[in-house]
Amino acid sequence: MTDTFVRVAMLPPELPPASQRGAIKWMRENLFSSITNGALTVIGVVVVYMILSSVTPWLWHSVWNAGSESECRAIVEAKFGPGATGACWAVINERWPQYMFGLYPNDLYWRPTLAAVILLVAAAPVLFLSLPRQLLWVTILFPAIAFYLLWGGTIWAPVSAMLGFVVMGLAYRILLPMVGVTVAGSLGFVAACLWWLFLSGFVSDTLASILPLALRPVDSDSFGGFLLAFVIGVTAISFSLPLGLLLALGRQSNMLIVKTLCVGFIEFIRGVPLITLLFTAALLLGYFLPPETKFDLILKVIILVTFFAAAYLAEVIRGGLAALPRGQYEAADALGLDYWRAQRLIIMPQALKISIPGIVSTFIGLFKDTTLVTFVGLFDPLKGVTTFVRADSNWKAIYWEPYIFVGAIFFVICFGMSRYSMYLEKKLKTDHH
Amino acid sequence: MATTSDVPNASFRLSMLIYDTRYRAITIQVVVLILFGLALAWLLNNTAQNLAVKGKQFDYTFLGSRAGYDITQALIPYTNDSSHFRALLVGLINTLVLALIGCILATFVGVTAGVLRLSKNWVVARLMTVYVEIFRNIPLLLWILFIFVPLTELTQPPSAFKLTEAMIAAGEEPVATMKLDHTVAFTNRGTYMPFPVLEHSVPAIPGVPVNATFLVIVLVLAGSFYANARIVMAARSVQEATGVRPTTWWKSLLVLFGPIAVLLAALGFHLNYPVPPTGFNFKGGFVVPHPFLALLVALTLYTGAFIAEIVRAGILAISRGQTEAAYALGLRPNRTMNLVILPQALRVIIPPLISQYLNLTKNTSLGIAVSYMDLRGTLGGVTLNQTGRELECMLLMMGIYLTISLIISTLMNFYNNSVRLKER
Repeated sequence: MTDTFVRVAMLPPELPPASQRGAIKWMRENLFSSITNGALTVIGVVVVYMILSSVTPWLWHSVWNAGSESECRAIVEAKFGPGATGACWAVINERWPQYMFGLYPNDLYWRPTLAAVILLVAAAPVLFLSLPRQLLWVTILFPAIAFYLLWGGTIWAPVSAMLGFVVMGLAYRILLPMVGVTVAGSLGFVAACLWWLFLSGFVSDTLASILPLALRPVDSDSFGGFLLAFVIGVTAISFSLPLGLLLALGRQSNMLIVKTLCVGFIEFIRGVPLITLLFTAALLLGYFLPPETKFDLILKVIILVTFFAAAYLAEVIRGGLAALPRGQYEAADALGLDYWRAQRLIIMPQALKISIPGIVSTFIGLFKDTTLVTFVGLFDPLKGVTTFVRADSNWKAIYWEPYIFVGAIFFVICFGMSRYSMYLEKKLKTDHH
Repeated sequence: MATTSDVPNASFRLSMLIYDTRYRAITIQVVVLILFGLALAWLLNNTAQNLAVKGKQFDYTFLGSRAGYDITQALIPYTNDSSHFRALLVGLINTLVLALIGCILATFVGVTAGVLRLSKNWVVARLMTVYVEIFRNIPLLLWILFIFVPLTELTQPPSAFKLTEAMIAAGEEPVATMKLDHTVAFTNRGTYMPFPVLEHSVPAIPGVPVNATFLVIVLVLAGSFYANARIVMAARSVQEATGVRPTTWWKSLLVLFGPIAVLLAALGFHLNYPVPPTGFNFKGGFVVPHPFLALLVALTLYTGAFIAEIVRAGILAISRGQTEAAYALGLRPNRTMNLVILPQALRVIIPPLISQYLNLTKNTSLGIAVSYMDLRGTLGGVTLNQTGRELECMLLMMGIYLTISLIISTLMNFYNNSVRLKER
């Protein structure tokens, strides 16, 4: 009888071979899975190295406090030896107010700052649905508050302008049971227009003479920098969405004339560059309006930028509408919902959800395009302010820093917007794929 | 969606125009039409009044008068004695050239970046993500200026590249040197690049207005492509008859590149390199003006980032099952990509790609930032300022841009329809 060996204790499990675990496995799979891949990795690493090796020392040698570019250079050379180059952020440090507010009066910087804070509060309930709904009142009142803070003058002008919307709402409410959404809506709009044209000015003047409550008025010409970008961007974004919605509905409509007008508008706006539209705002609106009208350039630009964004949004939303299965429309009809109820309760919630990425990227595009207003003489942060700063002999030799600074701010905002759209998409996702 | 209501048995009343859904649509349309007409009449009336106040006439005769300004980048003969219309054409050609080259390069960059972003290679995929995110989230204007400003302000004049015998003897170096193995020189006047030239030319054929050399090259190329198509067709018929595909790649290579190589060699094809000056300026080579270069690079990289996203989304839109099915059929990864994934992804990719091409074309108008003499620079810039005819110039310029956009989208829609999935 031979001895037999029976193992009674379990052996601990062996680790996988060295090439199949940990960093080596990861590298084999992700970096060197084939010859091409290996070559790509090497090229990628070389590119990264080249970029970092040229940019890092320059960033490392940053100077934050100096009076001029030559002073910056002297500081860098004194610290890091002759020939060393470094970023001169002192220019941003010194010209910060201009980048933020343009030529807004120095002592009034608190007003745009406060408006920006209120903007955050006003935007929060729209962006995050978990916040208390009462905050929406701030959102509704924000246009008046921001106008009052930024432009100054009497508080009654924005208040009575807002009253126009109240008039519109009241007229709509009263007329709705009698004539239906379309007619009530248009009559409400007409009522508001009548208010703005004939009564609003009188009311605000009267109230102002009784109780002025005025802030020092600030002229639009002194707006600039990111203040200007935000004024144009935020206003255009908030007005272009409803306008784009209406245009998209008009384009989908069965009414031939409405449809033709909408298609014409959308295709025209989408077919020409924004710059030509901005020039239209600056040069041609004067021709199209009655001879004596005086119109603020910023307002003209906002109107044209809004039209521009609305046309693009209309196409995005139309895509969402087209992507909805026909059965949704039919189901809404079968439930006996009228056109507007069907749109509000069935169609739009789904169509808008589908079009979120497109809508947000249109907004991002719009915000980036606010830099183009520099070509009609407005003081945008990218070209307007930078040209102004570099006209100073102290900062003439600054090339990269202003662009990097402005670019970084744009990047943060636009990247934030695109991440938000991803978050929203995920949150609203209800299917199980 | 139209709702149906009970059929009223009462006869027509005026109030039914508003209350009855059958008539309401007509009422609304009539009102809209009247309002539109009124608004149009109001605008036209205002315009007429404004023109009268300014003492101007609406006419386009100024297009025939002398322009009186110079354009640095003119691809058709142009002097400052030419007409404004000629200037318009020069600008239009500059716009189209920039848009065409930009679209080609952006497609190349975008497809490469989009495919690489999906690669399993960690480094390359991350690198491409960084590229796409950075370029998509920063205004195009910034990229144009970011390239243009250093290009014009940090470069030396051509005379700085001068290297004379005396300097060599004294062991001195020129102030500036050429880049990329001494083939490209960035100067403050423009970028000097090598340029392909032909030493000899084919004698002109009497009665044919086209350049004979050009004609011969085109004919040879067309012949090569035709021969290659025949080779491929022959191979296919052999494959269908016997199941074995004959090897054709070397024949194709020979037929495609052989004749043109022989022709170019016979014509004395070579690159004309820019030679550093002994006096003030470079000899030979080809000058690319800074505005063009800055715009081209910025537009390419910016639009490329958007195209990369489109390509990526298109490839991701094809369900994994397609790849797996192709593998199950025994197709190799390359052929899976070429025969199964890309043809399907193309259908998703093309519509947004069209709008990127349109965007790029419209974005060439940002040439205003670097004084590029495109359509906006000539017609909407100098001509407008010199003649003071804002209304005419702007309307004409918008009309031209609109026409370009409509032509591009029509052409691309034709292509889109040809690759579209044909269903029942």
